[in-house]
Amino acid sequence: MSTIVLLLVTGLGLGALYFLVAAGLSLIWGLMRVLNFAHGAFFTVAAYAGFFAATALPASPWLQWFVGLLAGILAGGVFAVLTEIILIRPLYRRPVGQVLVTVGLALATLALVEGAFGSDPRQVTLPDWMNATTTLLGAAIPNTRFVVLLLAGLVLAGLLFFLQRTRYGLIVRAGVENRSMVSALGIDVERAFTLVFAIGGMAAGLAGVLGATYYGTIDPSRGTTMLISAFIVVVIGGLGSITGSALAAAIVGLLQQFLNFYAAAGVGDFAVVILLAGVLLLRPGGLLGGPAT
Amino acid sequence: MSANGALLHVHDLRVTIGESQILGGVSFQVREGGITGLLGRNGVGKTTTLRGILGLVPRTGKVTLAGEELTALPVHSIVQRGVGYVPEDRDVFGGLTVEENLRLAERADSEHRYALIYELFPELRERAAQRAGTLSGGQQQMVALARALLNASNRILLIDEPTKGLSPLMVKRVADALQRAAQIATILLVEQNLAVARHLASDVVVLDQGSVVFAGDVAALVDDPALARRYLGLSAAGSGH
Ligand SMILES: Nc1ncnc2c1ncn2[C@@H]1O[C@H](COP(=O)(O)OP(=O)(O)OP(=O)(O)O)[C@@H](O)[C@H]1O
Ligand SMILES: [Mg+2]
Repeated sequence: MSTIVLLLVTGLGLGALYFLVAAGLSLIWGLMRVLNFAHGAFFTVAAYAGFFAATALPASPWLQWFVGLLAGILAGGVFAVLTEIILIRPLYRRPVGQVLVTVGLALATLALVEGAFGSDPRQVTLPDWMNATTTLLGAAIPNTRFVVLLLAGLVLAGLLFFLQRTRYGLIVRAGVENRSMVSALGIDVERAFTLVFAIGGMAAGLAGVLGATYYGTIDPSRGTTMLISAFIVVVIGGLGSITGSALAAAIVGLLQQFLNFYAAAGVGDFAVVILLAGVLLLRPGGLLGGPAT
Repeated sequence: MSANGALLHVHDLRVTIGESQILGGVSFQVREGGITGLLGRNGVGKTTTLRGILGLVPRTGKVTLAGEELTALPVHSIVQRGVGYVPEDRDVFGGLTVEENLRLAERADSEHRYALIYELFPELRERAAQRAGTLSGGQQQMVALARALLNASNRILLIDEPTKGLSPLMVKRVADALQRAAQIATILLVEQNLAVARHLASDVVVLDQGSVVFAGDVAALVDDPALARRYLGLSAAGSGH
């Protein structure tokens, strides 16, 4: 029983990280039809920015952690906005070009981070409470799981509020359906593009720092692994659907944890690929594909 | 406004998509006030002309509204200058509610326009919370027209086949709505239903194979069977689609 609870919370925590990366990917694809392969680079740069911001500051561990969190969100957002303006915008209507520049940016970022900081994982220091566990239904759950879940939940709520209750959210939902009709109503859709990149980058940045919190380390290549999982999550959940991404992220995280534990390491990841293939065959639009919800 | 009183000038509009030239230099003017019909057989480029005016398709040539050149502007800026659009296939946002569709089109000065659109189309108020994708074709047309009417700074409305696929009763309501709309904005109307076009429009522009073949008084065209047959084709003569 306690193992199941532990796997459940850990799987959901992993899913929460996937969701934070997937949310931006999904919105960016939904609105702009851009497959952003650089999204994992936002994650990585944010993880390192958070790490160095935290360690540069002679403060209490909690304050350091919090500063790192803000620095990561900021770094992810700024990097994403610059990517949109400098690399993506000149290539609208040239999807192959966009794929190439985002792949190039991802590879270049990986190489730069590796060159600058080495490819070995670095230990992050966390507040003591985060290194401790809390007993839930007999299972000793690392507290970091709760932190990750809580923040991802807040992001989900915030994104849904943004989409459902704000004017720009309305523009994004409409743009996901029919971009040119939005501009034919006199609305500058490109401003929404930048906004969506900023939001996606900040969420990926948050994931970068929370990934460090979750695993206790940072390394240059985790962003790539995250990106792949997040792409799978986006496709399973339905491109453009935030709720779908959240649901799919939970499913993927749980599937990986449970099968990797009860079957054998690697089986969980394999099962995710099977699930992906199944969804693509049976529900090509994803579980909740369609309008941005 | 230009010297001869025209609101919209379209000069040598050319649209090429891929290898095929769709508009080969369309030029015409739309007089301020009232309804100008844009007619022509299926596939002659009426929709493309409207989309070209708005910049929704890559085009060359010159489009001016009240003397201001629009051609270099992005789509949303052209619309902001006062060009409203009701597309041929309505293009309502199906996943959004009726109310959200309207809210998207809202501008600072839209408040008093709500009274007008709810008077013309009370259904839109009743179905405010319904997803636009689940509306009937006629109701979707109401949403599309309402969106264009909500923007009170629109000086000209480009309306593409608003009666397509509608019941006779609904055709009548749309025609009435267009007549009301024509009192507050100039309308460039693509209409296959000749009876409706004859009833609403004062001037007409006729396209054939990507260029203008007739421009002038609606009666001169429609009441001359030979001309009507030549430019509009047998299928379009009479009242049908
Ligand atoms: N995106 C496109 N790609 C290729 N051809 C196109 C495209 N859009 C329009 N065309 C072609 O251009 C021509 C004009 O199309 P358009 O839709 O403007 O005609 P229309 O006069 O509005 O016709 P209808 O009365 O049937 O609505 C057609 O032959 C059409 O097939
Ligand atoms: Mg047409």
